[in-house]
Amino acid sequence: MAQIVVENLVKTFKVGRRQAGLWNALKGVARREYTTVRALDGVSFSLEPGELVGYIGPNGAGKSTTVKVLGGIMVPDSGRCEVMGLVPWKARMAHVARIGVVFGQRCQLMWDLPAADSFDLLRDIYRVPAAVHRKKRDMLVERLRLAELLTVPVRQLSLGQRMRCDLAASLLHAPPLLFLDEPTIGLDAVSKLAVREFVRDLNRENGVTVILTTHDMDDIEALCSRVIMIGRGQILFDGTLEKLRSCIPMERRLVVNGVAGEVALDIAGVRQVTREGDRLSLHFDPDRIPPADLIAQLSRQFLVRDFLVENQPIEETVARLYAEWRL
Amino acid sequence: MRAYAALLRLRCLLLLQYRVAAFAGICTQVFFGLVRVMIFDGFFRSSSLAQPMSFAHTVTYIWLGQALLGMLPWNGDREVQDLIRTGNVSYELCRPVNLNGLWLSRCVALRSAPTALRAVPVILTASLLMPPEYRLAPPASAAAALAWALTTAGAVLLAAAITNLYSIALLWTISGEGIARLVPPFVALLGGMLIPLSFFPDWMQPLLRWLPFSGLMDVPFRLYLGQLGPGDLAGALAHQLGWAFGLALLGQWLISRGLKRVVVQGG
Amino acid sequence: MSGIRLYGRYVSLSLQSQMQYRASFVMFALANGLSALLEFFATAALFARFGSLRGWALPEVALFYGMVHTAFALAEAAGRGFDVFHLHVRNGTFDRMMLRPRSTVLQVLGQDFQLLRVGRFAQGLFVLLWGAASLGMRWTAESVFLAVLSVVGGALLFSGLFVLQATLSFWSVEGLEIANTLTYGGVEAAQFPLSIYRKWLREFFVFVVPIGCINYFPLIRILGRGDPLGYPGWAAWVSPAVGLGFFLVSLRVWGVGVRHYRSTGS
Repeated sequence: MAQIVVENLVKTFKVGRRQAGLWNALKGVARREYTTVRALDGVSFSLEPGELVGYIGPNGAGKSTTVKVLGGIMVPDSGRCEVMGLVPWKARMAHVARIGVVFGQRCQLMWDLPAADSFDLLRDIYRVPAAVHRKKRDMLVERLRLAELLTVPVRQLSLGQRMRCDLAASLLHAPPLLFLDEPTIGLDAVSKLAVREFVRDLNRENGVTVILTTHDMDDIEALCSRVIMIGRGQILFDGTLEKLRSCIPMERRLVVNGVAGEVALDIAGVRQVTREGDRLSLHFDPDRIPPADLIAQLSRQFLVRDFLVENQPIEETVARLYAEWRL
Repeated sequence: MRAYAALLRLRCLLLLQYRVAAFAGICTQVFFGLVRVMIFDGFFRSSSLAQPMSFAHTVTYIWLGQALLGMLPWNGDREVQDLIRTGNVSYELCRPVNLNGLWLSRCVALRSAPTALRAVPVILTASLLMPPEYRLAPPASAAAALAWALTTAGAVLLAAAITNLYSIALLWTISGEGIARLVPPFVALLGGMLIPLSFFPDWMQPLLRWLPFSGLMDVPFRLYLGQLGPGDLAGALAHQLGWAFGLALLGQWLISRGLKRVVVQGG
Repeated sequence: MSGIRLYGRYVSLSLQSQMQYRASFVMFALANGLSALLEFFATAALFARFGSLRGWALPEVALFYGMVHTAFALAEAAGRGFDVFHLHVRNGTFDRMMLRPRSTVLQVLGQDFQLLRVGRFAQGLFVLLWGAASLGMRWTAESVFLAVLSVVGGALLFSGLFVLQATLSFWSVEGLEIANTLTYGGVEAAQFPLSIYRKWLREFFVFVVPIGCINYFPLIRILGRGDPLGYPGWAAWVSPAVGLGFFLVSLRVWGVGVRHYRSTGS
C-alpha cells in the first residue's frame, strides 16, 4: 500500500501587483491589483514505504508548497492527499507526530543552548518515553558523531555540525517518513558527504521513506533512485534518474583554463562554446563525443594544461526540459 | 542631497505598500491623542491655579505631537543596527563614502517620510472632526506658521542626528545596546513627548531649554501656538542646528573610534 | 507530558538562554524599569501643577499606575512570543511549530519568557506600594487577594492584546508597531482612573477593550471609595474574569488567523 498518495493537488495564491513609481504606489493605496499564481496545478504522485525520492525543480516551481501541504502546514484548494492514511491538514497533530522535517536553512535547535537541551525538549514535545528516547538518541549521536557537539551552545557550531544536530533532532521521535529540504545547502564537502551517507543508511537500514528537495544534482545522484521534477506547479517528470537522463540529451560541460589566442572550433557533438578571457567552456554530448576525444581534438589547436568536466547543473536540465515541453 | 531624495522616495514607497497598517496607525494616533486630551481636560477642570499653558494650547500641542510622533527619535535605524549587530559593518568600510553622512541621510529619511505621510490625515482629523473644545487650532499667525515650518525642518535634522547616535552606540556591543534602550525614554520625556515641557517644575526649565531635546517638539510647537514670537525664531533655529551639528560631529568621532574596535575585534 | 509541564520546561530553557548574556540582561532590565519610571515622573509633575485630577490624588493614581504596569510587565514577559510573532512567521519558526504535535499557542508562548521585564514589574510594584504607603492604606487579606487576582487578570488581558496583534501579522507583516501603539496607549490610558474619561471612552475601556476593568473596579473596592460611575460593587470580582475571557476570545480570533495562514501561506 502506498505511503503517500497525492492526487490532482491544486493551490493558488493571490499576489499583489504594483507598477514601479511613487504615483503608482499612491494609486495602489486606493485600489490594488492582484494576479493569481498557480503554485500547484494538478500535482499527482504516490510513494511506497522505503522509497528515497528526489523532488527537484527551480525556485518557485512548487517544491516548498508541496512540502508544506504534505507537512500539514498548508491547506490546498483542491485535490486529495493522504500520508499514511491521514489527511495532513485535517489531522495535523496525529500526522506531524509521524513525520520528520529538516530545513537546510533553518535551524530548529535553540540557538543559545547546547543541542542536548533541545533534544530533551523534543522528547517532551513528542511525548517519547525516557528509555526509548535515550536509546534512539544514543544511536543518533553515534551515527552522526555528535558526542562532542552536544554540550556546546548551538550558535558556536559550524554549519555542518549544526546540520548533523538538526538531522538528529528531526529523527528523535523515530518518524517513518522524513522530509529533507535542501539539507546540504552551504555545507562544506566533508559535511555534505557525511549527511548523504547518513541519509542513505537511514533509508536502507531503517526503511525510512525520504523525500529530498535539493538544487544539488550530486545529492540526487548519490541518493535517489527516483526523481520527481516539478515546474510551474506541474509534475514534469517522475521516474528513475536514468530515465531523466535519457529524456534529454545528457550534456556535460568541459571547462578549459589558460587558453591563449584565437580558437576556432567546429566539433560534432559540441552544442555551445563560450569564452570568458582565458577560460573556455564547451557543452557537449558525451554519447556523441567521448570526453577523451574532445580533449584530444582541443589539444591539436592549443596546449590544454588544465581542464575540468562537469555535470550539467540541475537548473540547466530543467531549463532544457521547459524549452522542450514549451512550458 | 540627491541620495537623500532617493532614500525619502524609497521610504515613502515602502510605507504606501502597507496601507492597512498606515490607516490603523492614523486611527490609533487619533484615538490616543483623544485619551491624552481627556486626561488634561480632567486636570484643568480640577484646578483653578494659574497654569503655564492654557487648555486650548495644550490640546493643540497634543495633536501636533500625535501628528508628528514619527519624527521623534524613539528608535534607531533598524537596517544600520542590524548591519552592526551582524558585524557586516566592516564591509561598509570598503565603500568610498562617508559612513556618518550616509547614515545621517538615512536617518533624515526615516524621520521625515513616515511623518510626512501620517501627519496630514491626523492634522485634518484633529482640526475638523473633533468636538470644538478638543480641536487642533490653526497656527497663531502666518508668521507663526512659517516659524513652525522652519523649526520643524530643524527638528528633523536634530532628530536624525540623535537617531544616528543610537545606531552608532551599537558599535560598543553590550553597553551600546543598553544605551540604545535607555536613552529613548529620556528623549521622550525631555523632548516634551509625554507632557509639554512647560508643565515640568520651574527649576527644571533652564535645563530643559538648554538641552537639545526641547528643539524636537516643544520649541516648534510653542512657535506654532504663538507662545514664542517670530523674534525667537533665530534663537530657536540656532539652538536646533547647533545641537544637530554638534551631535553629527560627535557621531563622526564615535564612528571612527567605534569602527576601530570592530576591526580589532574582527567584526 | 502535560501542556503545563511542557510550558514549564520551555520557560526554564528560555531563562537558561537569557542567562548566557548576564551583563546585557542586567542592563536591559534596568533600562526597562527606568524608562517606565520616567512616565510616572511626568504624571507626578502634572500633579505638582494641578494638585488633583477630578478628585483623585497622586498616591491614588499611583495605585492605578502600579497595578497596570505590573500586569503589563507580566504579559510582556510571558507573551513575548506573541509580541514578536511576525518575526516567527517571517523566519519560519511558526512553520516549525506547525510541524510539531502540540498546540501552536503553547509553543508560541514557550518561545520566550522575557525576564528583563522584571524591570517594569519592579517599578510598577514600587509605585504601587509607594502609593499605598502614602495613603496609609491597611492591606487586608481580601485586598491583597483581590489585587493579585486583578494583576493576573490584567496580564491575561494584555496577553490577549498581544495575541490579537500577532493575529494581525497573518495579514500584514509590516507596521506592527501600530498594534504596539494600541497596547502601549491602553497602558497609558489605564494609568489613570477610568472615571476621568468621557462616557463613550469609559465604555470603550469597559466593554470593548476592557483595560479599564482590570484595575479600576478592584481598586475602587480596595480603596473603599464609592464608585463615581455607579457600577455595582461586585464588578471588582468580575473584572479579573474579564481578563481571562478576553484572552480566550483572542485565542479564538487567533485560530481564524491560523486558518487564514494555512490557506494562503502569506
